[in-house]
Amino acid sequence: MSQGTDAPEPLLSVRDLSVRFGMRGGREIAAVTDVSLEVAHGECLALVGESGCGKSVLASALLGLLPGNARVGGSALLSGPRPGETTDLLAADEATLARTVRGRRVGLVPQSPAAHLTPVRTVRSHLAETVRELTGAKGRALATATAAAARRAAFPADHLDRYPHQLSGGLAQRAATALALVGEAPLLLADEPTTGLDRDLVERTVDELRGHADAGRGLLIITHDLAAAERIADRVAVMYAGRVVELAEGRGFFGAPGPRHPYARGLLDALPERAFRPIPGMPPELGDLPAGCAFAPRCARADATCATVPALSGTVACHHPVPAPEPAGHGLRPEGSRT
Amino acid sequence: MTPNPPALELRAVTAGYDRSAPVVREASLTVAGGEAVGLLGPSGCGKSTLAKVAALLHRPYAGTVHLGGVQARGWRHRAPRAQRTAVGVVFQQPRLAADPRLTLAALIAEPLRATGRKTEALTRTGELAGSVGLGTDLLGRRPHEVSDGQLQRACLARALALRPRVLVCDEMTAMLDASTTAALVAVVEEYRELTGAALLAVGHDRTLLERWCDRTVDMPGIALPARAPAPGPNR
Repeated sequence: MSQGTDAPEPLLSVRDLSVRFGMRGGREIAAVTDVSLEVAHGECLALVGESGCGKSVLASALLGLLPGNARVGGSALLSGPRPGETTDLLAADEATLARTVRGRRVGLVPQSPAAHLTPVRTVRSHLAETVRELTGAKGRALATATAAAARRAAFPADHLDRYPHQLSGGLAQRAATALALVGEAPLLLADEPTTGLDRDLVERTVDELRGHADAGRGLLIITHDLAAAERIADRVAVMYAGRVVELAEGRGFFGAPGPRHPYARGLLDALPERAFRPIPGMPPELGDLPAGCAFAPRCARADATCATVPALSGTVACHHPVPAPEPAGHGLRPEGSRT
Repeated sequence: MTPNPPALELRAVTAGYDRSAPVVREASLTVAGGEAVGLLGPSGCGKSTLAKVAALLHRPYAGTVHLGGVQARGWRHRAPRAQRTAVGVVFQQPRLAADPRLTLAALIAEPLRATGRKTEALTRTGELAGSVGLGTDLLGRRPHEVSDGQLQRACLARALALRPRVLVCDEMTAMLDASTTAALVAVVEEYRELTGAALLAVGHDRTLLERWCDRTVDMPGIALPARAPAPGPNR
């Protein structure tokens, strides 16, 4: 590994991941650009950012679920199946992904559960199939394991015989979460797992996911719900226009000293419990990115140097980051600062 | 009758999808003119059903809906146009609320065209799009070519097209990131300041609705609890 993250091998190590979609007329969409990140065993990494910034494409790339017009670069090494071995998820063929990776080594909690579930089958039927395929349980053991799988995601037992269209959004999400947890995969990929859930359920869902990290699994949670991210993330990766612009410890990011990238600051300031102030403008088109820093047109700190793309140096990719030790005049003392 | 009837009033509404087990039982709610009320409740409690009743999109089994003091006489396509168009609705999932065949411009202009105002549609689409922060470059695209946030902006512009006196936002921002949420709420508030429209914002995010609305009400508090819920282990 080029970086100094020695000690134990990370569970997932993504290096320079790029995804390009070739469109009609030779147009190209730069959905993900040069993303590098790692997830360790027992760690929860939250990938946050506005809608349309490439978060979900990243998840699809890791599972080999991109459409045919996608070109993928870089590597994503998943440790296993045996100690010392790794599998490059970006290079693996479909048979390997289908038979050994999806559901078994990487579990996915999907973004739109309503679309993820088969409309003509009940939740019990979905769960039983997954349990049977992944554990080989039969008969009475299968029924018991199915009920247990539902319980783990707090899916109510009296709704098991319902069809997807008979479920509220929250219940459909819990059904999908239950399906993802069956395989006990070492890496869980949760793509917006809390969309449409009320606060209590959000907390229960993310706590359940956090429990899997605490049990030694790695968790990559993709979310725009900053409160959920704050609750469970060890580290936070902020994505903007396909790039990771900040990688920070969760506590320092949400508390003091706070994020250093102006975009991450703006994102937190938009929360209703904070300033409730939107970042002006909208994210740029991924097919038509500005030449330099993609955030510059929306950024109050931008100047001439922002015409070049800032590299991710240390924890932040910005020419004018908020200085590290000073919490921008809030009078808060940053944790671990030299006094 | 008071001189200023409430913009929206629900009286003892019982509604649902199975007459023997209604989702909402005898719920009453009043939104005064210009007032913003947040309706809070856990997922599956019937708040979206109640929002649909308020928007005249779902016929209740019992109870009445009054818009500006006038009792609603029909639901869905049977609602008189004046009442139907007095309420603007924004739903949770813009993808399910947008015809995939329409460009964003056509989507925003649809209410104007449906009410026979084609010429107005030509002139006002750009203005409506601008008010929600959509640039002209996006207006020629179809829903699959834009993000959830951009599509929801278009859906909000569509809801404002007929200048409704009541706006019903059912989990309008549940799919969206913090910045887009703050931006869309700002658009709604700007519109309400301009027109004095009332707002019924349905959601489960207490922090958001308390920040956004004049007052919030909790769903179980305004309806009789559903009859004998099964004592499941997790509910």
